[in-house]
Amino acid sequence: MSTIFLLLILLLGFLITFQIAKASEYVGILKGEKKNFEQNNRVNGFLMLAFLILGLIGVYWCNELYKGKILGQSASDHGEKIDTMLHITLVITGVVFFITQILLFWFAYRYQYSEKRKAFYFPHNNKLELIWTVIPAIALTVLVGFGLLYWFRITGDAPKDAMQIEVTGKQFNWIFRYPGKDNIFGKKYYRNISDKSDNQLGLLWDDPATHDDIVVNTTMYLVVNKPVKLIINSRDVIHDVGLVHFRMKMDAVPGTPTTMWFTPKYTTEEMKKMTNDPDFDYELSCDQMCGKGHFSMKGIVKVVTPDEFILWRAKQQPNYARVMGGEKGPAAPAADSTKATTTKTNSEAATKLVAEK
Amino acid sequence: MSNEATLHGHTGVDTSHEVHHGEHDVHHHKETFITKYVFSQDHKMICKQFLITGMVWAILGGLMSVLFRLQLGYPDATFPWLEDILGKWWAKGGHIQPEAYYALVTMHGTVLVFFVLTGGLSGTFANFLIPLQVGARDMASPFLNMLSYWFFWMASVVILCSLFLSTGPASGGWTSYPPLSALGGASEGSKAGMDFWIIGMALFVVSSLLGGLNYITTILNMRTKGMSMTRLPLTIWALFFTAILGVLSFPVLLSGLILLLFDRHAGTSFYLSDIFIASTNTALPSEGGSAILFQHLFWFLGHPEVYIIILPAMGLVSEVMSVNARKPIFGYMAMVGSLFAIAILAFLVWAHHMFVTGLNPFLGSVFVLLTLLIAVPSAIKVFNWLTTIWKGNIRFTPAMLFAIGFVSLFISGGLTGIWLGNSTLDIHLHDTLFVVAHFHIVMGVSAFFGMFCGIYHWFPKMYGRYMNNTMAYIHFWVTLAGAYLIFWPMHYEGLAGMPRRYLDTSGWHSFNNFIGLNRFISTVAMIVFSVQIMFVFNFFYSIFKGRKVTSTNPWGANTLEWTTPIHPGHGNWPGEIPEVHRWAYDYAKDGREFIQQTEPISANESKH
Repeated sequence: MSTIFLLLILLLGFLITFQIAKASEYVGILKGEKKNFEQNNRVNGFLMLAFLILGLIGVYWCNELYKGKILGQSASDHGEKIDTMLHITLVITGVVFFITQILLFWFAYRYQYSEKRKAFYFPHNNKLELIWTVIPAIALTVLVGFGLLYWFRITGDAPKDAMQIEVTGKQFNWIFRYPGKDNIFGKKYYRNISDKSDNQLGLLWDDPATHDDIVVNTTMYLVVNKPVKLIINSRDVIHDVGLVHFRMKMDAVPGTPTTMWFTPKYTTEEMKKMTNDPDFDYELSCDQMCGKGHFSMKGIVKVVTPDEFILWRAKQQPNYARVMGGEKGPAAPAADSTKATTTKTNSEAATKLVAEK
Repeated sequence: MSNEATLHGHTGVDTSHEVHHGEHDVHHHKETFITKYVFSQDHKMICKQFLITGMVWAILGGLMSVLFRLQLGYPDATFPWLEDILGKWWAKGGHIQPEAYYALVTMHGTVLVFFVLTGGLSGTFANFLIPLQVGARDMASPFLNMLSYWFFWMASVVILCSLFLSTGPASGGWTSYPPLSALGGASEGSKAGMDFWIIGMALFVVSSLLGGLNYITTILNMRTKGMSMTRLPLTIWALFFTAILGVLSFPVLLSGLILLLFDRHAGTSFYLSDIFIASTNTALPSEGGSAILFQHLFWFLGHPEVYIIILPAMGLVSEVMSVNARKPIFGYMAMVGSLFAIAILAFLVWAHHMFVTGLNPFLGSVFVLLTLLIAVPSAIKVFNWLTTIWKGNIRFTPAMLFAIGFVSLFISGGLTGIWLGNSTLDIHLHDTLFVVAHFHIVMGVSAFFGMFCGIYHWFPKMYGRYMNNTMAYIHFWVTLAGAYLIFWPMHYEGLAGMPRRYLDTSGWHSFNNFIGLNRFISTVAMIVFSVQIMFVFNFFYSIFKGRKVTSTNPWGANTLEWTTPIHPGHGNWPGEIPEVHRWAYDYAKDGREFIQQTEPISANESKH
């Protein structure tokens, strides 16, 4: 009922506007075309100036309103580089934005039609055109320079001692695999995937390296201040590992593993205090359209201290043990897991294995 | 009469249409309703067909956005009337279903990018302006031109039909990345809807190629005597580069889509590898394909496509701005040069859409460099527009208002392009609402502004009447303010990392801070949409009831279309095609307000 009412009001408003519009056309004819034109021109010229001023106030106001809700503390070292780049870009583009918008609307207002004024015949000026080719080129060189500097640092090789975690996206959930005490990801093959027999990644049990691999869903544990390298896969369609607080993002592509690395700087608990928000959690969002559950494809990242991590991992039963019904004691790898986190990861071998499936 | 010779040399197909040179009565041969309004070969009628089809699509596409904005603004509310109108598949219990939401955003994107801003914009103004402004009686091949429209029409019908499928239309995003778009098991919309989408797009590509080849040929071969390339109005230059971009890039999209069709139905694995579908509990036999290959093929069209959309708008704006500032366009050659530079660079930047796909970082850095390079010609254009209105004598006709609005939006959206083109920032901003805000401003709304600018300016030439000014002013100011109110704050949501294509953020701690803002944006979107309906009403009302045009050159413009009669027949000029003696921008020269292109250069005229 209220919808129909709303539509009726809309229709009425429209009819009134239309009648006014029609009437003003007749009035215009009566007043004479020239006078009518001059009047309209003055109104629109004034509105140009008004729009500029209100617009600038709006820009300021919008910023005041939302600046506290964006970005926040970056929780990784890469994120800090990105934030710096963002501020450099903001300053350069911001200056250009204000200058050009002000000139545009000011010129429109200032040079509106007047009977007395003659337009200035000014078809070209090589010097001016050269200036505004060179200045943007220089500004962009600066932006490209900084951008690429940070880009190569962020996408460069992960440190040798980085912890490795395999992240696999599926409709609509995340699977995380830790290599276990041997620090090697066991072989897998996608045709072995079976949700029924608890082998969501299709691990090959013939490969002993799979026996200690820990496979968990939804929540990923990271160690604070320890670089982590994610090896990203997908089981079905393209997903994307989006880590907004770390400012990181990488697609999960079926058949083509991708990687990214970063160093978390604050534990979840520290972030709770820093943001003054007891419900805070690092969230992992899917940022690539992946089907009807895309908007709900959420993972949680817990950044913990090394001790907490060891404790957590000790509690995890390897996927193999779970499948084989506890043939191997669940607590068996616990003692060695301390070593695993600190031993040098044979990163090349691990990635190769993943690449070979 | 060299033009007559040119004309006959290049219109082999045009045998059924005797070109009417030297005769006043343009209707001397019998035109039935069918040949005049339906299967017309007159470029002016084809232009109107493109325009009106584009408008129908724009309304449908806009309505889709209103529907999903309703969901975004009021994720918890139910609207029982939605189910009554749309049915269970779309809005069960008055709540937009997730599949339906994704179908809506997919179709909104497809419809607006291809059917409105490519077909509707290029199709309309290339058809209308090319023959009229270069001084030709019609396109090089009026018959192919007619086919171009009818292929567009067929594409429209196929896409329209897909909305009524029981499994819904395509819903994998307008980019339709496989494997999602290749596997019916992964998404409802990837069943029959995706086939309809591919067929519709294929027909659209055919239409675009037929049109584009015609535009290029006409511009190169059928210019009237004296109309050298450097005397062409900037509209024609822009449409020329647009057509070239389309002809070179659309076939790549088509090939990509055909491979997708094979993957869907012929058991190939171009894009598929290592896939396990949970819904059917099966591992697919495909191995060794690359899902990223499709993205390369898609964006090799997809990026030029955004310039296919924006270049015609730039051309229209340049022309209208010069006419209404009563000043020559500043830096004509620089304007042409920057169009050329943009057209070249358009082919060299596609992978900036793929920075986070696992692309080799070095390759990424090359694309950063080339992408940011585009800012240089874009900056030249902006500064030249600014200088064009500087010290002008500006008449705020509705067309001029939209031209100024275009420049404002192009600046705002262009600058955020510098953010996104920088791979470092793209890591954080990729696939967030920042991207949505960026491309809606820079190619969505501003291309629409270019289109409105063109419609208001050339409406008197199309229909011999004016559109209502008051409604036009309301249309402009509400749309400009609305566009900024919708998309400016959306940047903040993107900076906060809010991913795009999330229909409900209530499950997220990080992204749930903008409920009030989402509601505000939705409300403004609905107001702006209703003002567009008013524009459409104004358009159709004015066709029949608008104030009549009384002079052939109502804007005091220099270009050739204003030398034709108020109601030009098929063939455009009743007598000989006029000869051109100067460029199109002699405004305010030697104290004269304007000098038409047909006026010979007098002995004591100053040189520029």
